[in-house]
Amino acid sequence: MSWLETLRTGLDAVFSHRLRSGLTMLGILIGIAAVILTVGFGEGAQAKVSGEINALGSNLLVVSPGSATATTGIRGGFGSASTLTQADATALASKAVAPDIAAVAPATQRSETLTATGTNWTTTVVGTTPDWLSVRARSVTEGRFITAADENTDAAVTVLGATTAQELFGFRDPLGQTVTVNGLPLTVVGVLNTVGASASSATTNLDDQAVVPITTVANRVFGGSGRTSVQSIFLEAASSSALSAAYQEANSELLRLHQVTAVNADFTISSQQSLLTTATSVDKTLTELLASIAAISLLVGGIGVMNIMLVSVTERIREIGLRKALGATHRAIRRQFLVEASVLGLAGGVLGAGLGLVGAVVLPHLISNPITISPTAAVGAIVVAIGIGIAFGVYPATRAARLAPIDALRSE
Amino acid sequence: MDAPLPVIELHDVVKTYRTGSLTVDAVRGVSLTIAPGEYVAIMGPSGSGKSTLMHILGCLDPLTSGSYWLAGQDVSRMSEDELADVRNRRIGFVFQQFNLLPSHSAWRNVELPLCYAGVRRDQRRSRAMDALRRVGLADRVMHRPGELSGGQQQRVAIARALVTDPALILADEPTGNLDSSAAAEVLALFDELHRSGRTMVLITHEPDVALRADRVVRLRDGRIEMETNQAGVLS
Repeated sequence: MSWLETLRTGLDAVFSHRLRSGLTMLGILIGIAAVILTVGFGEGAQAKVSGEINALGSNLLVVSPGSATATTGIRGGFGSASTLTQADATALASKAVAPDIAAVAPATQRSETLTATGTNWTTTVVGTTPDWLSVRARSVTEGRFITAADENTDAAVTVLGATTAQELFGFRDPLGQTVTVNGLPLTVVGVLNTVGASASSATTNLDDQAVVPITTVANRVFGGSGRTSVQSIFLEAASSSALSAAYQEANSELLRLHQVTAVNADFTISSQQSLLTTATSVDKTLTELLASIAAISLLVGGIGVMNIMLVSVTERIREIGLRKALGATHRAIRRQFLVEASVLGLAGGVLGAGLGLVGAVVLPHLISNPITISPTAAVGAIVVAIGIGIAFGVYPATRAARLAPIDALRSE
Repeated sequence: MDAPLPVIELHDVVKTYRTGSLTVDAVRGVSLTIAPGEYVAIMGPSGSGKSTLMHILGCLDPLTSGSYWLAGQDVSRMSEDELADVRNRRIGFVFQQFNLLPSHSAWRNVELPLCYAGVRRDQRRSRAMDALRRVGLADRVMHRPGELSGGQQQRVAIARALVTDPALILADEPTGNLDSSAAAEVLALFDELHRSGRTMVLITHEPDVALRADRVVRLRDGRIEMETNQAGVLS
C-alpha cells in the first residue's frame, strides 16, 4: 500500500471520529502553544535586556577600579581615590600595546546640578574624550560632539542628553545656550541621540547626562586632588571576535602599569557579555522553568494520543482482521496506525503553533511584555508534535500489527 | 495424460488449539483435493471443525501438522508476509458478516485488496468498477455499506473477493445473515461465477445451500465423514 493511500486511510480514520480526534489534538495543541509562548516570552525578555545592554556600546569592555575575588574580598585604591588614571587610558589607546582595542574613552562622572536661565536640573556630568561617542555607540542629533581641541584647551562646552536638554530648555533650541555647573558656565554645543529610558535597574538613564571634556571636568568643574584619576575606562574592541584578545591586552597592560599581579589586581574589566549573562540569567531560569512545565503538558498530550490509539486498535480489531485477510502485511497495518497517530500529532502541532503565534501577537498588548515569535520554535514544535504522535503511536500500532488475522476476525 | 494442477491439496492436516492446559483437536487429519473450476460445499454441525478448516484454507491460521498446497505453492511453510501476499492474490474471501468498512464507499471497499497489491490508482478504479458491474451494483458504487441492503452489501463483498481475480473464492456462511430472497440472489451469483470457471469453496450448515455445489464434504469431529457428488452419490 502506498504512503499516499495510507495517509488517506489515516485521515479517514481521524475524520470519522471527529470529537475523539479533536479532543486528542487538543492535548497536543495546548502543549505546543504553551511551549511556543513560553519560549517566545523568554526570548522576548532576553532580547529586551540584551538590547538595553547593547545600547551601552558595541564590543564594549569596561575597566573599573577595585576588584573582588573570592579569596581576598574587596580591594580598592588607597582611601577613596580611583586606581585608574588618564595615563592608563593613554597607554591602552596605543596600537602597539593593544592592537585589538579600537578606541578608548576614560570617563569620570559625578552628579551635579546644572543651571540654565530660570531652571535647574540635577544630572550626571560625564567627563570624557571624543572617542566616547563611538565607544558608547551614540551619535549627536544636533550640533557636534566634544573634540580633541576642546579637550586640549579645557573648553567650557557640553553636549547634553535629550532628556537633560528637554528639562533645561523645554522646546527652545539648546544649541548655543549656557548652562552653569559649579559656577562654571558651559556652552551647549550638541545634543545626544535618544536611546530610550532603560527599564532594567542595571543601567542608568542614558538620555539624562551632560558630557563635558575630561580635562575641563578635572581642572575646572570637579577639581580636587585626584585630577588625573578616572572612574572608568571604556574600551571598544576592534570587532566582536577580538573581544577576548582586547580583554587580555588591557588586562596585562594594566597589571604591568600598576605593578600588580592578577591575584591582587586593583581593577576589574567587565565585558558587555558578562553584563548580559548576569542580566539574562534570571530570565533564562524562568523561561526554562516555564518551558519544562509546557513540555510536561506536551508529554501528557502524547499519552493522550497513545490512549486514543489503543482504544482505536481495540475498537477496530475486526477491521484489522479484515485488512489482514485481504492481504495487509504486518508493516502495512503498523504503518496505518502510525500515520494515524502522526496525523493527530501534526494537526495538533500545526493548530497549536497557530494558536501560539496568535497569542504571541495578542498577548503583549495585554501584559506589556514582549513575546518574540521564533520560527525555529514554531517549526521545532511541529516536528516535536509529529514525533510525539509517532513515539506514542508505536506501541498501539505494533499491537495492531501483531494481531493474528483469525483472532481479529473472530471478535465480535 | 496430466490432470490439471489442483487448486487445493490438503494432506493429513491437523490443527490443535491450546488454551491453557486444555488442548482441543479441531481438525484431526483431513486430506482433500479440489480441482480448478470445482464448486465444493463443506458442511457439518457446529464444533465439527468446519470453521477451523475454512481458516486453514484461507491461510488465516497455521497448521499444526500436515501440508497444504494452494495453486501449486506449499503455503504451510510460508512466512507471515508471504501468506499475506497469498491471501491477497490467490484467495477471495466472502464472510457471513460481510466485513465491509463502514466509512468507505462501495468502490473503495472493493479496491481495498488492490491497494495492498500495489496496483495503480486508475487501474484500481476501473477494476473495482468492473467487479461491481459483475455483481450488478454498477449504480451503487458511491454508496456506503450503511446505505445498502444486506444482499447488496454481500454483493459488494463478493465484488471485493473477485477484484484480484483469485484462484479460489472462499465463502463462510455467505447467506447466514440474509433473508431468503437476498440469499437466493447471492447463491445465483455464485452459480454464475461457477459457470464462468471459478473455483469455489463454500462453508455452510444449510443443506439446500450445499446442494448447489458439485461436491459436498461433510465434517464431523474434525474428520471427513463422507463426500458426495451432486447426484448424492458417495465418491
